[in-house]
Amino acid sequence: MSSAVADTSSAAPPRPASWPRLGGAAFGRGLVVAYLSIIVLIPIAALVAQSTDGGWSSFWNAISNPEAWWALKWTVIASLIVVVINVFAGTVIAWVLVRDRFPGKAGLNGVIDLPFALPTVVAGITLLALYGPGSPLGIHAAFTKVAVVMALLFVTLPFVVRAVQPVLMELDLEMEEAAASLGASRFTTFRRIILPSLMPAILSGSALAFARAIGEFGSLVLFAGFIPFKTEVMSGLIYQGIGSGNLTGAAAQSVILLVIALVVLLIFGRLTKWSLRHAG
Amino acid sequence: MPASGRASRWGLRGFALGYLALLLMIPLGMIFYRAFEHIGPAFESITTPDALHAFYLTILVAAIAIPLNTIFGVGCALLLVRTNFRGKALINAIIDLPFAISPVVIGLALLLVYSRTGWFGGWLDDNGFQVAFALPGIVLATIFVTLPFVVREVVPVLHEIGDEQEQAARTLGANWWQTFWRVTLPAIRWGVSYGVVIATARALGEFGAVAVISGRIAGQTQTATIWIAQAFGNFDQPGAYLGAVVLALLAVSILVAMNLFKRKEAT
Repeated sequence: MSSAVADTSSAAPPRPASWPRLGGAAFGRGLVVAYLSIIVLIPIAALVAQSTDGGWSSFWNAISNPEAWWALKWTVIASLIVVVINVFAGTVIAWVLVRDRFPGKAGLNGVIDLPFALPTVVAGITLLALYGPGSPLGIHAAFTKVAVVMALLFVTLPFVVRAVQPVLMELDLEMEEAAASLGASRFTTFRRIILPSLMPAILSGSALAFARAIGEFGSLVLFAGFIPFKTEVMSGLIYQGIGSGNLTGAAAQSVILLVIALVVLLIFGRLTKWSLRHAG
Repeated sequence: MPASGRASRWGLRGFALGYLALLLMIPLGMIFYRAFEHIGPAFESITTPDALHAFYLTILVAAIAIPLNTIFGVGCALLLVRTNFRGKALINAIIDLPFAISPVVIGLALLLVYSRTGWFGGWLDDNGFQVAFALPGIVLATIFVTLPFVVREVVPVLHEIGDEQEQAARTLGANWWQTFWRVTLPAIRWGVSYGVVIATARALGEFGAVAVISGRIAGQTQTATIWIAQAFGNFDQPGAYLGAVVLALLAVSILVAMNLFKRKEAT
């Protein structure tokens, strides 16, 4: 006993910290920065540099020529339509998954993430199998604007559902019961009690869905195609620009697409913070 | 109220189920039907050398990119959570960037650096290391699109477990590696697994970035998703549908793993 005590007291005092100190952490930071540079930063810098290669007028022309301008407007409009549908459908699906009870609910809950796991090309083929030529339902949506919206809805399905679901689960039922007992209708209870709490989650899910929709490519290739002035979105236009060797134009269009995505994420980020403050 | 309550409950349930059925379940069932409708030619098409090489390449690329991103992801998450340095917010923002960039744009950005006419491509080519239109380019594109997953899964777990146990281990004389291997890694293992699984799903399914950087040469730089798209374009629908079924089954098994790891993480 006493020797054990003596042993510990004679041992060296615990070292203050044996994380790889100065050298280690700095080395790790250097590696992280190098990795990010090779993979992300230098390529993005090259993209921005290339976009201004032909001067301001060629940059402007790359996005203001009729086909590009149409594609840009359609990309934003389609993404907005998809966000609005997702806000509604995503919230309802989350609600049903949390508040409703029916056989097979657990399985249904697992299926929601499928669009995240499924390759985008497979998503496109999947929709084509049911809504393409020879559709057993007699619906021919392929290569129309409806196809663009459907493909985008498919790939963005999980965002709002998965953002809203955990918030609904944590929601205090007592507040709703109190509102109901004070005579509030179901609709009033939803609008005044539940919706404000869900708003931050709905907004952050919407932001991710929008950012995803605006750049989507794989699910559109086979099902919607990139028909100028009909279904062509920005990612398709950029892809065709690369194919025809117009790298400067494609880079300019890429920069615009990236800026729109970042601005939208920023605005939604602000809105989410604002709604969090007002959720109480 | 009970009557209207029941009506609205059925209405919401019907809407949710109908939406998921029409958008997800029935179309997914249809690709199985379409693939097995002409299973003979479909099987023939998917076992051609080009098709088999495409699936092999997809798995090879994931096998290189995912371990690299896992090591990077865990190390980066540790730096972001456990150390303080200037530029941390910037690194955080850069890691999320792939979520905001179109895959096609990612392909173009890589092309502008690593193709023969790009910033470094000419020099790399001259030194016998071709990146664009070859395996390294496809790997770079895959690393780019899967960059955030492991970091984003591990950071919240590291915050949650705190660093008391790590400090205790260090006080007891463990060095950095022992602390990481014996204390930190076991605590974050389900978060890491979950991130690895989603990153793998994304890697196996990547299309846009790879379509741009790979050159899509059949039997050489064609990945599984690109083979499927080209088979469809070449009027080999049965082959394309069966290829899609193979990838869909992979996705479903990945989904099962995801749910498993999510549950483990929660407990």
